[in-house]
Amino acid sequence: MSLRITLAVAARVLTQLRRDHRTLAMLLVLPCLVIALLWWMFTDLPGRGFDALAPALLALIPFIVMFLVTSVTTLRERTSGTLERLLAMPLGKGDFLLGYALAFGLVAAAQSALAVTVATVFLDLSLEGPVWMLLVVAVLDAILGSALGLFVSAFARTEFQAVQFMPALVFPQILLCGLFVDRDLLPSFLDGVSRALPLTYAVDAMSSVADHAHPSIAADLLVIVAFTAAALVLGALTLRRQTD
Amino acid sequence: MMKNGVAVADLGVVRGGVEVLRGLTFEVGPGEVTGLLGPSGCGKSTLMRAIVGVQRITRGSVTIFGEAAGARALRHRIGYVTQAPSVYDDLTVAENLTFFAAVLGGPRTRIDDCLALVDLGAQRDRVVGRLSGGQRSRVSLAVALLGEPELVVLDEPTVGLDPVLRRDLWETFHRLAEAGAAVFVSSHVMDEATRCDRLLLMREGRIIADSSPDELLEKTGAADVETAFLSLVEES
Repeated sequence: MSLRITLAVAARVLTQLRRDHRTLAMLLVLPCLVIALLWWMFTDLPGRGFDALAPALLALIPFIVMFLVTSVTTLRERTSGTLERLLAMPLGKGDFLLGYALAFGLVAAAQSALAVTVATVFLDLSLEGPVWMLLVVAVLDAILGSALGLFVSAFARTEFQAVQFMPALVFPQILLCGLFVDRDLLPSFLDGVSRALPLTYAVDAMSSVADHAHPSIAADLLVIVAFTAAALVLGALTLRRQTD
Repeated sequence: MMKNGVAVADLGVVRGGVEVLRGLTFEVGPGEVTGLLGPSGCGKSTLMRAIVGVQRITRGSVTIFGEAAGARALRHRIGYVTQAPSVYDDLTVAENLTFFAAVLGGPRTRIDDCLALVDLGAQRDRVVGRLSGGQRSRVSLAVALLGEPELVVLDEPTVGLDPVLRRDLWETFHRLAEAGAAVFVSSHVMDEATRCDRLLLMREGRIIADSSPDELLEKTGAADVETAFLSLVEES
């Protein structure tokens, strides 16, 4: 592995994104609009529905977006022959994976910073914990999404197939993460399943930051990082230097 | 065994139950432009992939500079151009080369040299996706030359190029060979054969002739390589 190559991969991915103005605009603006829509839905209602749901949404958005973006981008690398070319060069698989993680982590940081600013400054999201913690969770979440997207791209032959993995892998996590039904109230089997899914811990961490002045999210973050590492290792296994 | 060339011994590749390569044996030395000619579907690309080390092989061996094809130590020393240009369509010509140069770790000045070699200096700041097919494959070729490779493997590099440029590229291949590289070029256009120092004619996964263009014409009594190919096929 080499820092030079990792940084070159990250810089290249960012340059490609910069070229694609529409994708860039959607990456940065869309999360803000979704948060604003959520706020609007609750404006005429009593209670603090927005405060309860917004942190979860801030965890979900970077995960979903980066999952999609990475699975399609790496699928393109696989089908266009650029990945094969890179693997025939002195490029470590780790350079490739970390380069992507770094680039999309940065994008996620910008994306979440905007969304969090909109939520806390303009939409009065009441937050007990520090804002920077929300950002840390969002970035780790995005990298997790990237790592998973990279892994599943190995099982898709077309971009159509790659996009279909989103509902397959992400929807169950959204349903079970505690957003719709409190996890304590789920049937015990489903509660068990939810504990085995990474997004549960991301939403958990976000809610802790929203509800506690001194949130302890280290355990949640550790689980997210562990899932990310596992997905990256699995992703590395799908990068084959020799194919049929 | 050749220490500074390519040695292929009894190479077989089976893909999806089909025998794509059926026991090939040959050697390619440095300083030569070797042409791999045959109709499309005869296994040329598979053979090139096996030499570069990205193709899983079923039997036999491919040895490059004394190491098994695909060995880590070889990754600096081989330049490979696939049939479809493997470059990033959404980056400019210069951005593509800068990226691959960073991966290879070579000097940046090499980028301009390679652009000049493929005559793309004027297009350096254009986005690759907006270039013509021929220009795109030249970007891919420029990337392969970045690392000053000792073995250059080119899968149909001259398809769709205008005759002047094609001539210039063949001159470039010969210059690389004169500088000591082994150059391996495939083509399905038989009239490119005369530009090679040595010819390997392929058909249905086998090599049916291995000689210089002149020897081939002499042996078969044919006026051109196309006719020679036909008479070899009819003989067998």
